[in-house]
Amino acid sequence: MKFYLKVWRQKSDKVAGKLVDYTIDNINADMSFLEMIDVLNDDLIRKGEDPIAFDHDCREGICGMCSMYINGRAHGPHHAATTCQLYMRTFRDGDTIYVEPWRAKAFPAIKDLTVDRSAFDRIIARGGFVSVNTGQAQDANNIAVEKASAEKAMDAAACIGCGACVAACPNSAAMLFVSAKISQLALLPQGGPERTLRALGMIDQMDKEGFGNCTNIGACEAECPKEIKLTNIARMNREFLKATIVEE
Amino acid sequence: MSELNSKIPEGQLQEKWQHYKEHAKLVNPANKRKLEIIVVGTGLAGASAAATLAEQGYKVKAFCFQDSPRRAHSIAAQGGINAAKNYKNDGDSVYRLFYDTIKGGDFRAREANVYRLADVSRNIIDQCTAQGVPFAREYGGLLDNRSFGGTQVSRTFYARGQTGQQLLLGAYGALERQIGLGNVTMHSRHEMVELVTIEGKARGIIARNLITGELEKHFGHAVLLCTGGYGNVFFLSTNAMGSNVTAAWKAHKQGAYFGNPCYTQIHPTCIPVTGDYQSKLTLMSESLRNDGRVWVPKTKEDSEAIRKGTKKAEDIKEADRDYYLERKYPSFGNLCPRDIASRAAKEVCDEGRGIVPSGFGVFLDFSDAINRLGIDVVKARYGELFPMYQNITNEDPLKTPMKIYPAVHYTMGGLWVDYELMTTVKGLYCLGEANFSDHGANRLGASALMQGLADGYFVLPYTIGNYLADEIFVKPIPTDHPAFVEAANSAKERSENLMSIKGKRTVDDFHKQLGKIMWEYCGMARTAEGLTKARKMIQELRNEFWSDVRVPGELNEFNPEFDKAGRVADFIELGELMVIDALNRNESCGGHFRVESQEGGEAKRDDENYAYVAAWEFKGVEADPVLHKEELKYENIKLAVRSYK
Repeated sequence: MKFYLKVWRQKSDKVAGKLVDYTIDNINADMSFLEMIDVLNDDLIRKGEDPIAFDHDCREGICGMCSMYINGRAHGPHHAATTCQLYMRTFRDGDTIYVEPWRAKAFPAIKDLTVDRSAFDRIIARGGFVSVNTGQAQDANNIAVEKASAEKAMDAAACIGCGACVAACPNSAAMLFVSAKISQLALLPQGGPERTLRALGMIDQMDKEGFGNCTNIGACEAECPKEIKLTNIARMNREFLKATIVEE
Repeated sequence: MSELNSKIPEGQLQEKWQHYKEHAKLVNPANKRKLEIIVVGTGLAGASAAATLAEQGYKVKAFCFQDSPRRAHSIAAQGGINAAKNYKNDGDSVYRLFYDTIKGGDFRAREANVYRLADVSRNIIDQCTAQGVPFAREYGGLLDNRSFGGTQVSRTFYARGQTGQQLLLGAYGALERQIGLGNVTMHSRHEMVELVTIEGKARGIIARNLITGELEKHFGHAVLLCTGGYGNVFFLSTNAMGSNVTAAWKAHKQGAYFGNPCYTQIHPTCIPVTGDYQSKLTLMSESLRNDGRVWVPKTKEDSEAIRKGTKKAEDIKEADRDYYLERKYPSFGNLCPRDIASRAAKEVCDEGRGIVPSGFGVFLDFSDAINRLGIDVVKARYGELFPMYQNITNEDPLKTPMKIYPAVHYTMGGLWVDYELMTTVKGLYCLGEANFSDHGANRLGASALMQGLADGYFVLPYTIGNYLADEIFVKPIPTDHPAFVEAANSAKERSENLMSIKGKRTVDDFHKQLGKIMWEYCGMARTAEGLTKARKMIQELRNEFWSDVRVPGELNEFNPEFDKAGRVADFIELGELMVIDALNRNESCGGHFRVESQEGGEAKRDDENYAYVAAWEFKGVEADPVLHKEELKYENIKLAVRSYK
């Protein structure tokens, strides 16, 4: 297979970037998208050019490191898949493919397709946990949890923190990410004691990082590789509302 | 050759850990605030240790090469975590988990460590549940379990097929909490490139800031390496692309002995290799063997027809199928341990009965389970695993059997540590997969998560006090100390050397070649002849690497290709040590199968001559390493032939 790539190249956040054209041939349909980029990079290195910098690690859709905007969609055209789970058989021979980084004010550029997502860590640090020191826990079966709640918590906990929701949102909102963590812990009794502090803290940090607000567009849910649901945002809003009332 | 002191406490097996904890030295809270600890790696072991030490009051600095501590490769573990809770009332106990782990490791692990691991396994489940880890539950609201390879009880806790992710996010949450409280300073996108020792003690690290390329000097009263396994020495493995041995290897070069480097786990259920372009192999969780049956056709003719595409799996009649695991190991069947299942797959494929075009693949068939349980139950049980398989292979495992083949997955070997998890360098500790300690020659499923968290939450935080209690008068050493300057200079020089070669071959080129040598000669079957040949090939490869590698870009910038080059340089040196170790161990045990040492087609251990841990001392890249032996003394169990028949 042959492809015409238009790839975003940017030396660093200090300089402007641009789309650069590459033509790549002899691509096997069973290659993953990232393996196709590997082949391109190998070629660039041999020609003495600078390879394309991109984030990737586990290459099995769970670490959340890969982060390409492909043909105008976060993680490419597939529903519920990360970039590393995208295979070249998805495209037609001769296609032109646009590859860009996540674009959001709160995700500053590092190089080419690599951006800085540490804002997510800082949000988690404001409440995305249960404050239980090692050794303080009681027997795990002392608290029964309704299976349906546990399943819903697990649905929310499946978030891999890749940032596709932010990249897909015209407002660059991080609400799907934040609400997934708030929901997971709100749905489990273990998260109960800190729910007020958690909702206030994480949302405060989210705003400070420069993420936008939600206007119910739903692009985040549509592009989320782990199918995190919009209902989590509704739950987060309820948690936040309750928290602000309690706080008064 | 010197005796290694493993510092195993006196007393009955069941009481050793309790006794140790009651007598270990303590550091009072005011002194803990003055002590700084460096933690390299933020997977299960690193994140749990960093969080726990910070909770206790130490000043912690944590490092990871990923963009966030949440992305460490522990996250990819699918199946589950073992714990001797006996919630299923099926006769489980700490002793049984201990025994299964020792036996699973083919009697090459240290009794006292493994018993402690089994003991604290129960605390791990309590801790993680309290953190809000969404483990699978039954309708009564209590925790669910499933069974896993190499055991006859159900003791595996799980969170769909994402157990590693959920446990890591629990530990990551605990870590972020401490970062938010100011007790941990986090350095993401940093890689340790040198260990700093002063007067024989680990006192810090040199870390490369992967964004700017700057070499940073960091002091610590103690250093913890929680940097995972080195399976990527094979190029193709189930590890993440960035998983590497660099931190452990630098420590090895500074005096930390490397234990049992040849013990590699080849996992039986991975998606087979299809082409040269492949960058990694994908694991299909071992839990699939609970309901999936492994088979190949009985005849070569049928296998060949499947390979050519003239027949499909469905065309092979029941009577013409060889469910070889059930046939050879009737009491464990498809749930026999990983090393045994892998070798059996290799055996049938070597006989010409493989079912993928390359010849190296077998079926994992769910049709019986679907008939028995219904398609919905099977789908629910394996969550995202089936779609994941379908996405990669373009085949639906609910309609046609999966095709699988063994792939490198885990390394039981690692830095040698004593009972306190300290390496042979004072003040340098090693936790999780990076150390050698608990899995012997083969790790059982759902035990890696258990060990990582045991080390980080419940073992190291106790044992480190025993060392740091004597360090309370040591003031933080300024990083302009000659030892720091020298270490930084040596890292700089090595980096500049790499950049200046400007050869013709890419880093991946070398990595792939190394991987092929390792897989061919130091993979599932090893011979003295092959290993001797491999050592020479690796030496030649090393020389070629240092004269012909091409690393693009500059040192003072974000340069992933440079990072990769440094890691591959270390893998090449490690590869040679693995081969040396495999050659030295003239027996078959667990994942280490020497063709010369077998009986009736099964691996044959040699307890008389090899019931020891091989701990290797570095003597120079060109020099032979020196072997030190730690005799394995079994006081509580009898060494037996490991039978799963």
